[in-house]
Order: sequence, then structure tokens, then C-alpha cells
Amino acid sequence: MIIAERKPIDEILEFLSRYQKVLVLGCGGCVTVCLAGGEKEVGILSSELAMARSKEGRPVELVQKTVERQCDFEYLEGIRHLVKEVDAVLSLACGIGIQTCNEAFPDKNTWPGVNTRFLGVNLNVGEWAERCQACGQCILDKTGGICPVARCSKSIFNGPCGGSQNGKCEVSPDTDCAWALIHDRLTRLGQVDSLREIMPLKDWSYSRDGGPRKLVREDLELESGK
Amino acid sequence: MKAGSNLERMLESGNFAVTGEIGPPKSCNGEVVRHHARMLKGYCESFNLTDNQTAIVRLSSIAAGKLLLEEGCEPNIQIVCRDRNRIGIQSDVLGAAALGIKNVLCLSGDHQKFGNHPTAKNVYDVDSIQLIKILDGMRNGYFANGEEMKDELPKLYIGCAANPFADPFEFRVTRLEKKADAGADFCQTQCILDMERFERWMELVRARGLHKRIKILAGITPMKSVKAAKYMKKFVAGMMVSDDIIERLEKAEDVKEEGVNIAVEQIQYLKKMEGIAGVHIMAIAWEDIIPEICKRAGLTPRPEV
Ligand code: SF4
Ligand code: SF4
Repeated sequence: MIIAERKPIDEILEFLSRYQKVLVLGCGGCVTVCLAGGEKEVGILSSELAMARSKEGRPVELVQKTVERQCDFEYLEGIRHLVKEVDAVLSLACGIGIQTCNEAFPDKNTWPGVNTRFLGVNLNVGEWAERCQACGQCILDKTGGICPVARCSKSIFNGPCGGSQNGKCEVSPDTDCAWALIHDRLTRLGQVDSLREIMPLKDWSYSRDGGPRKLVREDLELESGK
Repeated sequence: MKAGSNLERMLESGNFAVTGEIGPPKSCNGEVVRHHARMLKGYCESFNLTDNQTAIVRLSSIAAGKLLLEEGCEPNIQIVCRDRNRIGIQSDVLGAAALGIKNVLCLSGDHQKFGNHPTAKNVYDVDSIQLIKILDGMRNGYFANGEEMKDELPKLYIGCAANPFADPFEFRVTRLEKKADAGADFCQTQCILDMERFERWMELVRARGLHKRIKILAGITPMKSVKAAKYMKKFVAGMMVSDDIIERLEKAEDVKEEGVNIAVEQIQYLKKMEGIAGVHIMAIAWEDIIPEICKRAGLTPRPEV
């Protein structure tokens, strides 16, 4: 899932300083699950904003709404009438949702209410960790199901580097060395010998380095009769 | 001969080789590099020039290598994978070769988090083992994309690092093997401050016959202070410092002198160890101690090969 974290209140107040009426827009997807931008967080942020603005002597009117998914144009159609009535939108969705809103409502600003952090997993209450960087050519088959692109601080393919000690990465004693994990997992599976082979150069053109990516599936296009 | 460097000739003729290390300055003052070159000339076959070591911006290793050549010393330029992609690295290697640089050492590089630009983006398009493979390809006439080189080929003697003190312990030997497979000719180890662990590692290296496939230079770092030794033990990832070394330094009246004593003893011990082809002396910010260490360890004068 996409992990996001709410932006500091002062940054948000700054964005909204010139508006009188704002739609605070949550998303029912990932940000609801990671407790950054769902219905509950929309409520909490709205009261914080309202309080701060009243204190400043410049009250703001806030409309609260949370849609099923902000990264889906269909769901945004359903709130077009709400957007019409406000000066601006503050989105608590991930960067994708925020951009989809800006695309769907080109005449109004949709401001980012969260920092989109990474693609990851919930480990414990209040603790998330990165797992994938969407490199476009998954190699988890070769690495014991542990991703070196996202989880090795240097994204190396023939680790561990010389900074790996006691299973930890050189960047921090709190960070597991991905290659130590890969080594241990493959040992456990009886496949550690596979690491003797040199992993070839990565084709980064499938990753962001190839330019903004787009996926077109003709089978689906044909099916839909487009 | 692959490149015909001093280092290659010394190692391939079976002589015990000595390499040193010079850290380029945090300025464009080339005189700093020249000064070290003049002072150390004749004591080592070649000198490593670090590539923005610990992710701190410094005079470039290739430029420093050129300064060394001008002073009549042989450079061994380090290349880390942190700051350049395969395009930049290959271009720099061609440039280095055109300047007459023959020894190149391939490293992952320290993460930028600990340097003076922690907000930088890192590259890591390739890793150190892939880098060795790229350079091996280049000296055989191919770019990393498989394209054939039409003109003069870079003559390179390719080095790598090995860290017997990092984990997982046994896999460190496999990793050295991968580097030999990739085409590395020699390897310089992390500095040895735990001889017992190093010997266990060498046993595994010999068991796989790796010392016959790649020349191993043992890393030596003289300790300047108890504080430095303790710091390395505690805070430097992938470092081990044995208690007896710390104890010796603590008991010593002259700590620096004792640091040199330990280094000299280590070299004498390593000279007799099967599979050790030489030593690599990394006197960090203490380059001027190298001549004394070499003299006392009986490494002078350097043989003619
Ligand atoms: S290899 Fe690529 S696609 Fe697979 S988990 Fe890692 S970043 Fe994601
Ligand atoms: S210590 Fe491990 S995770 Fe960290 S950079 Fe090195 S190989 Fe990658």
C-alpha cells in the first residue's frame, strides 16, 4: 500500500491562508488504512484548521468529504458540485490522488495535505516500512522474496556491501541490511548457492529512469470496444 | 601483462607488494597531493587515491592521479558507484586511461548519509561487482552495452576491496569469489585490527583457492589514538577492533609509537601468511608515517621488477 504522512499544520495553513472556503478531501484507499488521510483524519485536521484560523481572527469555512478513491476519475465526478462551491481543495490523498483532483478540477487548486512517503507495509501500530520502488521489472524471484532495490540503502544487486554488520545496514543500526536478509532467507530455503552468480546490470529503463511510465493493455481496450 | 603497471609487475612476479593511500584535499590545492607524492615516492608500488571518501567532496581521484603521475608516482584511482552512472564511469575510465592511469579500484562507496552532502541523491546504477565486470569488458574491447570499441582499448589493472570483518562472515569469501569471477586482478582488504578474524577468513579463502586467482593485499592502518580505535570499534560499520589492540594502545606511554609498532608487527606476520601478496597501508590523515612503517617492516628498498 501507499504510505503517507500528514504535512505539518503550519505548512497547510500557509497554503490555505488566502481562502475563505475549502473542501478538505479524504480518500478511502491506502491513506485511510495508514491513518493519514481517511474520514477520521479529515475530521481531526478540519477542527485543527478551524481553530487555528479563528485564533488568527480569519475564520475559514471547511467542507469535509471523503471519497472511495481519489485516484479514480469516476469517484471524483461525484463531488464536482462540492468543488464548485469552494475556493480550493485540500487533499489528504497520496500524490496520485492529489494530481487526479488537480486534473479533474483544472480551474481550482488542489493542495497537498500529506507527504507521500513510500510503498510499504504496516509492521506494528504506528510503524511502516518500505518494500517496493516499482522498478518495473521485479526480481523478487532471485532474491528470496526480499527487494534489494527498495530495501538496500544502495540498491545494489550483488550484496551485501562491506558496511553490513550483525544484519544491520551501514546507514543506521535501526535499518536491516536487505542483503543480510536475502542471504539468510536463501540459506533457510537451501538456495544460497544461487547468490554465487553475478546479477547482471539492471535495465533501469523500466523504472522511472526511462521517463514517466504508462501502461497500455490492448486486450482490455479491445474488450471495452474502444 | 594486462596494463603493465608497477603494481601489476610486482604482484605478478610474485614479489611482496606495498601500496599506500593518499586522500585528496577538500580544495583545489593540488600541492597537497604533490607534497604527499614527493614524500612517499619510492616506498610503494602505487598509491590509492580515494574517490570522495566518506561522501565528502574532495579533489577528484583522477585529477589527483594525474598529479601523482607528474611527480613520478603510480596512482591507483578509486571509483565508487555512488556518484556516477555507467555512462559517467566509462567516460571517466577512458579519460583516466588516456592520462596514463592504469590501476583502478572498484568500490560501492560509503553512503552519502555520513558525508557533507547528506541531502544528495545517490546513483548506484551499477554495484561494485558489476563495475568490475564493466571495466573487464572495456579492457577487452567492449562497452557495458556490448558495443565494440573501435579504437585503442584502455589498459587496466583492476582492483576491488574485501571486508573480512563485515557479515555474513562466510559469504564475504563468496563475495570475493564473485569479484574474481567478474575480472578483478587484485583485492585490498579492509584494515586489519582483528588478526584472529582475518586469519579465519584467509583460511576460507585458501580453502577455495581464491588466493591463486586474485592477489590479496592485506589492509594496514596504524592507530593514532585510543579514542580512534574505540571509535572505529563502536561506530564504523563493518569494522572490528580486537580488545588486545585497544589494551596495548591504552597501556602505551607513546600511543602513536605503539600504533606504528602494531602495524609493523602485523606486516611482518602477514609477510609469512600463505596467500598474502602484499600490504595496503592506509594511514588516514597520517600519510607521512608510511616511510617509517615501510622501513621498520623491512619493505625498503622496493625491488626492481
Ligand atoms: S524488484 Fe522492483 S518491482 Fe520487485 S519489489 Fe523490488 S522495486 Fe518492486
Ligand atoms: S549494508 Fe546492506 S542494505 Fe546497507 S547498503 Fe550495504 S548491502 Fe545495502
